[in-house]
Amino acid sequence: MLIVVATLLAPVYAKHVAGTDPFRSGLSAKIKIDGKPTPVMQQSTEGLGLGVTPIGPTWGPQYMLGADGQGRDVAARMLYGGRNSLLIAGASTLICLFCAAIIGIAAGYSGGMVDGVLSNLIDMIWAFPVYLLAISLSIVMIGKSFALGPFEISSGSLIVPILIIGLVYVPYVARPIRGRVMAINQSEFVMAARGLGIRRWKILLRHILPNVSTTLIVFAPMLMALNIVTESSLSFLSVGVQPPNASWGTILQDGQTLLYSRPWVSLAPGLAIMVTVLLLNLFGDVLRDVLDPKSARGR
Amino acid sequence: MKEPAEMTAPILKIEDLSVAFLGARNSWNRVIEGLSFDIRPGETVALVGESGSGKSVTSLSVMGLLDPATSKVEGRIQLAGHEVLNLDEAGKIRHIRGQAAAMIFQEPMTSLHPIYRVGDQITEALTSHRDLPKAEARKQAIALLERVRIPNAARRMEDYPHAFSGGMRQRVMIAMALASRPKLLIADEPTTALDVTVQGEILDLLKDIQAEYGMAMLFITHDMGVVAEMADRTVVMLRGRTVEQGPTAEIFAHPREPYTKALLASVPVLGSMKGKPAPLRFPLVDMKTGVAGEALPLQSSPDLSKPILEVRNLVTRFDVRGGLLNRRVARVHAVENVSFRIFPGETLSLVGESGCGKSTTGKSIIRLTDHATGSVAMAGDELFTLRPEALRLKRREIQMIPQDPLASMNPRMTVGDALVEPFTEHRMGTVPQAREKAARLMEQVGLTRDMLERYPHEFSGGQRQRVCIARALMLDPKLIIADESVSALDVSVKAQVVNLLLDIQDRLGIAFLFISHDIAVVERVSHRIAVMYMGEIVEIGPRAEILERPRHAYTRQLIGAVTVPDPGRRHLRRNQQIKELKTPIRPLDFRPPARHYEEVAPGHLVMVEA
Amino acid sequence: MLAAILSRLLRMVVVMFGISVITFLIFFATPSSDPAARIAGKNAAQETIEAVRKDFGLDRPLYVQYGLMMQRLFISQDLTSFANRGQKIIPTVMAAAPATLSLVSGAAVLWMLGGILTGITAAAFRGRWPDKILMGLSMMAVAMPVFWVGEMVNLVTQNRLHDTWAFSWVPALGYTPFSQDPGLWFRSMVFPWLTLAFLYIGLYGRMLRTGIIETYQEDFIRTARAKGLTGRKVLLKHATRSAIIPIVIMFGMDFGVLVGGAAVLTEVVFGINGVGRLTYQALKVLDLPMIMATVLYASFFVVIANAVVDLLCLLIDPRMRRA
Repeated sequence: MLIVVATLLAPVYAKHVAGTDPFRSGLSAKIKIDGKPTPVMQQSTEGLGLGVTPIGPTWGPQYMLGADGQGRDVAARMLYGGRNSLLIAGASTLICLFCAAIIGIAAGYSGGMVDGVLSNLIDMIWAFPVYLLAISLSIVMIGKSFALGPFEISSGSLIVPILIIGLVYVPYVARPIRGRVMAINQSEFVMAARGLGIRRWKILLRHILPNVSTTLIVFAPMLMALNIVTESSLSFLSVGVQPPNASWGTILQDGQTLLYSRPWVSLAPGLAIMVTVLLLNLFGDVLRDVLDPKSARGR
Repeated sequence: MKEPAEMTAPILKIEDLSVAFLGARNSWNRVIEGLSFDIRPGETVALVGESGSGKSVTSLSVMGLLDPATSKVEGRIQLAGHEVLNLDEAGKIRHIRGQAAAMIFQEPMTSLHPIYRVGDQITEALTSHRDLPKAEARKQAIALLERVRIPNAARRMEDYPHAFSGGMRQRVMIAMALASRPKLLIADEPTTALDVTVQGEILDLLKDIQAEYGMAMLFITHDMGVVAEMADRTVVMLRGRTVEQGPTAEIFAHPREPYTKALLASVPVLGSMKGKPAPLRFPLVDMKTGVAGEALPLQSSPDLSKPILEVRNLVTRFDVRGGLLNRRVARVHAVENVSFRIFPGETLSLVGESGCGKSTTGKSIIRLTDHATGSVAMAGDELFTLRPEALRLKRREIQMIPQDPLASMNPRMTVGDALVEPFTEHRMGTVPQAREKAARLMEQVGLTRDMLERYPHEFSGGQRQRVCIARALMLDPKLIIADESVSALDVSVKAQVVNLLLDIQDRLGIAFLFISHDIAVVERVSHRIAVMYMGEIVEIGPRAEILERPRHAYTRQLIGAVTVPDPGRRHLRRNQQIKELKTPIRPLDFRPPARHYEEVAPGHLVMVEA
Repeated sequence: MLAAILSRLLRMVVVMFGISVITFLIFFATPSSDPAARIAGKNAAQETIEAVRKDFGLDRPLYVQYGLMMQRLFISQDLTSFANRGQKIIPTVMAAAPATLSLVSGAAVLWMLGGILTGITAAAFRGRWPDKILMGLSMMAVAMPVFWVGEMVNLVTQNRLHDTWAFSWVPALGYTPFSQDPGLWFRSMVFPWLTLAFLYIGLYGRMLRTGIIETYQEDFIRTARAKGLTGRKVLLKHATRSAIIPIVIMFGMDFGVLVGGAAVLTEVVFGINGVGRLTYQALKVLDLPMIMATVLYASFFVVIANAVVDLLCLLIDPRMRRA
């Protein structure tokens, strides 16, 4: 349990444990290993001996996992990148749940025209492959800074991937929520409330919302896990988090060119993603068992 | 029918059976303790008891169907020479299940595999223990379907279960059980989910088949009427223990234990109200002495000066959509041209079988369904033309008591909040006043005020129904629609809740629209009765008129099908013709024919058959 | 019946039209995107941008641009790329399709077999160690980004252990058409197949296991057991048959989406020039005609998959055939 918390929180206290500035490139930097100063970028000994290869894992406080192609400390970038990854995944989860809840409840509770329009829109976006949509949106949005209402959003801002990842999964969450709202709306106790002459908005507020909220809560960890993978995929395709900012996905992208010579640059963020997603999914299972015992009876 | 052979060895012998289930925190909960009885060849033994008495668990133990990981079965079960509890899974498959014993279940709707053809499912039962050539198995399967009197058996082999009605599916289940020519047939509440007329057909069929095959039957039921009709001997169970066992006639005529007496006293008997003008409460039995109290009749009488509710030409139709495009393909004429009046302090019952439109009528009156047309006047105000806000306020005067009280309460609200909410929504007073009234009503319905802090799932079924009654009373209604409100309750609880409803009527002069399929209960509580069939009222009139002098063919059929807890009627057969139950689903261009009613006695109207 | 089919087709066309409009709007009407500026490149002079705008017809009203593009895509079929001028769009997409199809179909066979086997085995051994191991593996499969798995596979098979007996048969990254050299085609596809299938085996296995276990609560399973059927027959014939319906539905959708280009990550990692990679590259340089074509290609498969799934459901589930 302690390990779980430490792993999830590590990126939050990144600043205090990271030894080296993760964003300054250190092509000419040197560190001391066994008392000897060693350059971070080493002359390549393979092949023709041309070019440089970043230092491998030192397992010391500095450059614990080695350096990347620009001589930056991978371990330190892992921590800062992790913070961004979790921030993006978390924030986009909240955005997604919020939008999906509003759309799902609006469609499910009002029915009729509103439902018809919203449902058809959802179906249409559903037919648009998620990755294509996300990549398309990213490419359009990361090019330039633009204004979103009163806020000026710069091209490198984390808000861009947060918004994109938050929005692309809305149909996938809104559809089941709509179904749930419709089911609750047809349920005996809502019928009973209508028969008792309770006002419409009060039925929504006191009878439907509390019963939908479990569905939303159960969705949260699974969605966040999905968002972490999505973020890393987008960043890997260089349409997610923009340099010099880091995330686990961007480190993976940096590591792509160093895959055969310095595999740790790719290995570390991949493992981090796996562990985080695994934990989130496990947590999601537990949450579902506790909040929704009916679906857990098969376990 | 054969006389039970006293001399032969029993086919099933249960000795000192105990069953425990693994509960929360690894504790074992006893559900059956020290149960012993036996069944001889050709004999029918009934296990009766209310929910939680362990009767179904007994049958599953005999079949060896309990999960060994979560249950512990001790004692002895001897079936056709096999020690069931000593057999391993393979042995149970080889000797017991579908061999020595076969079983039919309560829910014919869900007990057949939905995606296999009916014929294949029967053939599978035939071939699972024997090597049969395909053609031969098919021939035998058709013979079995014919044996359970399914019309067009050969053709229906190719149909899927969803194409069968509930009664027909139960016939298929019986055919499947007969496939192995079992020595013992276990019937676990086989007619509980069926309509009365279908129940009669199935009971007749079971009797015939038993006589023909000479097999023993273990009949599990909560319905004393079915027991009286089916069983040679009866075992009464309560919370996993045997209360009393003996020949059925003996048990009915001279029950020894107070529980059996109470059980029998709570059973409504159709025809017991002859010559009694007013609705009658059930007698209460002292659980210690077994002495039955006096049944008190309703004191108040209806005020016939001006109707409180007047329904005229009510029509409710739903579209049936289907196909790839979800188009309208047909229309359900759920309620067709229904008219009636209810007077203050009066109880009008709507009776009929499932799908006859009685529940939809109730919902349409308070506009809980769309698609209803016609006219409903409540205390002079026309409900169908009211604006939403006015309708909301008007709903105060008409309240509902639902069939399933648990489903009709928000699981995330305490009972107290659920009672206070409607009171404050209608601005009938402050929150403290509401809580005071809620507490008072809780006591009036036989609960305590500290229960207000509990959530619905913390109550028993009967208590929940009392809470729903209290919730309805919070708004001082003039009319209560009780939609199958007591149907799902155990007999003894049912009697108490019926008594409570009569108390309320006596004290507050409330009118009731009592919707039920249970004609024996209806006889107990009604002033007048309306019989519905396929969305229409076929006959309406005073209770005694309808039940003692029914005129319409359907009414007669309905009344004739009711089981009566009188073992003297055991050898009766209804000899009804088999029919698939008709449904009021009509093509889109269907125009309902004009109906006429004839007044055969004062207030007794019968539809004239075309 | 004919009316039903026609109306279904109409619906499919409407969805695709909607998608083409969404795509078009994303690239032409979002505030920050000026395709002309993109094509002209960074730091291009204003005159250059204007020249590009005129040259590519980007100065015309939006609906004209849209109509023109659709006309050239579907009717005259001579739409050309913005990025590599002169490159015809339709032949390019068609050339990329077989690679994607090879990748996805091979993987699909693997993941259906693997997923069903995993699900049934886990359900049969519910709560015991085979179940725990399989479910642990499945959870991991779902938790790992597919491109990372691909990279790790490459690391082992192309580099670290490439010269050992185990992986020396693995050819260099890239796609060889089946018609050119079937043996090489197969060898080059083995690891891409495994990589892509791994994720879906995890997903499907978990889902099927849950489905089977839930089906075991159904009354008709009790009936089957009471009939005296063996445990294996109950599991395979009665429980799995119902639980597999949602898997088939999911398979149809996943297959359609992947063939349409959603396997982009796997294609990028293994250097397979498929539709996904084509789309990705077109997106990167904002090659609008190519984007339009590939997105429509993708949505076409999604829409087709939807229809096929509906049809399949009618075939395997008699309950849907009512009415």
